[in-house]
Amino acid sequence: MSIPRIRFEKRLSVPRWLPAASLIVALVLAMLTIAVIFYLLGVDPIVAFQRIFRGGFGSRFGLQETVTKSIPLLLIGVGLALAFRGRVYNIGAEGQLLIGAIFATGMQRVFPNWPAYLLLPAMFVAGAVGGALWAAIPALLKARFRIDEVLTSLMLVYVASEAVKYLVYGPWRGADTRGFPITDEFPAAAQIPSLASARIHYPTLILALLFAVLLYFLLARTKLGYEVRVTGENPEASRYAGVNYQKVALFVMVISGGLAGLAGMGEVAGIHYRLRPPEALSPGYGFTAIIVAWLARLNPLATILSAFLLGGLLVGGDAIQIALSLPAATVQIFNGVILLFVIAAELFNQYRLRLEV
Amino acid sequence: MRGIVKRFPGVIAVDGANLEVQQGEIHALLGENGAGKTSLMNVLYGIYYPDEGEIWLDGQSVTINSPQDAIRLGIGMIHQHFRLVQNHSVAENVVLGLKEDFLFPERKARAQILALSEKYGIKVDPKARIWQLSAGEQQRVGILQALYRGAKILIMDEPTSMLTPGEVAELLHVLRRMTAEGYTVIFITHKLEEVIAASDRVTVMRHGKSIATLETAQTTQRELAQLMVGRDVLFQLDKQPVQAGDVILKVEGLNVLSDKRLPAVVDFGLEVRAGEIFGIAGVSGNGQRELVEAIAGLRPISGGRIFVNGADVTTTTPRTRIGHGVGLVPGERWMALVPNMSVADNMILKNYTRPPIGRGPFLDQEAIDAYTDRLIREYAILTPGRHTPIKMLSGGNIQRALLAREISEKPALLIVAQPSSGLDVGATETIWQLLLAERERGTAILLISDNLKETLSLSDRAAVIFEGQMMGQFRAKEADMEQISLMMAGALRLDRGERLA
Repeated sequence: MSIPRIRFEKRLSVPRWLPAASLIVALVLAMLTIAVIFYLLGVDPIVAFQRIFRGGFGSRFGLQETVTKSIPLLLIGVGLALAFRGRVYNIGAEGQLLIGAIFATGMQRVFPNWPAYLLLPAMFVAGAVGGALWAAIPALLKARFRIDEVLTSLMLVYVASEAVKYLVYGPWRGADTRGFPITDEFPAAAQIPSLASARIHYPTLILALLFAVLLYFLLARTKLGYEVRVTGENPEASRYAGVNYQKVALFVMVISGGLAGLAGMGEVAGIHYRLRPPEALSPGYGFTAIIVAWLARLNPLATILSAFLLGGLLVGGDAIQIALSLPAATVQIFNGVILLFVIAAELFNQYRLRLEV
Repeated sequence: MRGIVKRFPGVIAVDGANLEVQQGEIHALLGENGAGKTSLMNVLYGIYYPDEGEIWLDGQSVTINSPQDAIRLGIGMIHQHFRLVQNHSVAENVVLGLKEDFLFPERKARAQILALSEKYGIKVDPKARIWQLSAGEQQRVGILQALYRGAKILIMDEPTSMLTPGEVAELLHVLRRMTAEGYTVIFITHKLEEVIAASDRVTVMRHGKSIATLETAQTTQRELAQLMVGRDVLFQLDKQPVQAGDVILKVEGLNVLSDKRLPAVVDFGLEVRAGEIFGIAGVSGNGQRELVEAIAGLRPISGGRIFVNGADVTTTTPRTRIGHGVGLVPGERWMALVPNMSVADNMILKNYTRPPIGRGPFLDQEAIDAYTDRLIREYAILTPGRHTPIKMLSGGNIQRALLAREISEKPALLIVAQPSSGLDVGATETIWQLLLAERERGTAILLISDNLKETLSLSDRAAVIFEGQMMGQFRAKEADMEQISLMMAGALRLDRGERLA
């Protein structure tokens, strides 16, 4: 007597509908899992989902907040989609965001009297350079010494976080902050304009949308994008074709870091108008953006949609935390569950299950 | 094992193989890479389930669904690459996965390991961590692991490939003591001298079939070599006489290390002229792959010089060599293709850097489509469309597409390894025609093949490689099969310049 067993077999062909279908199934399963978690927390799952949806998408205010939060998610998500396509796993976007915020803050401290049309672009550039430099560290370590970028980029998040803390508790603490660990408010010329009555700092949003289109085009229609795709799909073939791997790895790392740095600039100059402690500056945008990228199946254009979706989830999650008095980690649990299912679904695109008796 | 068949998508790995092993013997399973040896043993160990055939053990028909089943039946396997937990001790690795005790039976395990090692002369410290051990010692841990699980039949996959000569001698000693105690050993190899030195009987496999089972004492390396590579009739190809031109590829005193940092190519020299096919024959795993990769610039070399068209390219990058007109169709096709990408994206892998495909930083989509369509038409590549992922094509069409891309680059030197491996007769024929047409165009072709028939049919001149060394060169037309077999077995070496009569 033999027991039926499950075997994984490599798929010979991937049907066109499969990736979309597996993504939907993954999201449904993730929702079901989250429903169980709600139930265990003593909350009616249906009520909870309604509240999340209403909180994130159901009102004018909710939608505005969702768009606001999707700005950093989109900027970072687009960059990560590029990096992951090249099989470079930048996990440290959160740190690159923070360094971008530091650089942007530094820029307005050095040139406080510049007019907005000079200062804001300079701050954006500074933010991008900061993020890019921070990302270049793991990239160079990987290219030079073959050190795994997952570890180094992640660990550098904590270094960046400590750097922000040092600045706001120490040399950059504001004069009129009554002892709070924050810098003084940025001058008006260093504040990104927002839509009336909302926190949507639209110049950053436009920049993010622009980059989504730009990187989509880069991947599809340029030599460099082709090299990224080949390297990501088959590093051996890229070596065979004479592609300079180190160049590709450094490029995708620096771009994704630079975009995270832009996101950091957007947060300090578009939302807070100050540098604040890391946990106040970002609720983990750099990590949530990893889900944004995967949910979009690493397609830069599709990150527009997934960033909006996860932005809404962040807002809705905040709403139910307050309304249903759930633990603060609830949103993180969502994110984790969704990422888990989305990545697991990838397996079924490449393998199929066979039951053997 | 009787009539075992194991099919994989597009290939038959084992094609009706039979194997009979007697208790207490060392049985060698000999064959070239891809002959189906490891697949057959994976069936026995329960890693693969056979599509056809039956397995009998001690007179009883058995079904082996998983390695657990195999272990229960007393079959153990020691893989080529040892599957051990690097940070754990020897004792921990040996008992890994056993369920009899809840807590780790450290002391009991150590005592039993010591008893086993004493009995068979397997020297290893149970307390040592795996990462501290040499390849030979790790292999001993693998043997202990199998013995500890009660294996009576030990399958060893290429047991000597990672060992130093001293360790090989010691291993053979251990195996002898074990068979004397009634254990049975099956070892997979493609090295003839090992078969002669170590085994009692030998089964030769070729193309998934078992060709013959012989008493080792009554056979010779030469006979085994012939059985292993086959003695098919040469194809009569329509080969136009071509006057060989200038020397295109010149290799001098080349030394290359394998991935294991052992010498793979040793003081190798050759010249290939325009309009000639130079074939390299040999049993696979004798440095062919390293030779190819070194010439293409994909593997660092430890000595020697490489010239293409008179230019010294020894220290240059793969891309520079592509620029010098070096084309490569590697034996491992997927090394040169991107399976998930479209046919079009694969066709431009070599020429995307320059017009008409690459313009400035951009790719010209129209030029890509036109170029791909032209190759599909000219080389009769059967594909649903240019945007189909290339992995969906049949093996013959994939190979044709790869060759089409390399030929379209108008290379001065075309390196082709295993051009027909895995292809059916028809596909093989078209590939050969393409190579011959390329030769007539005046390309220098370096052909590396495990298939002696192919090498001798296509080549103008040929050489035999054995353990990374050039054993001799000859005109393909004047080939003496007997002497070639001897050279492939390492039993004959011609001096430089000497030619077979």
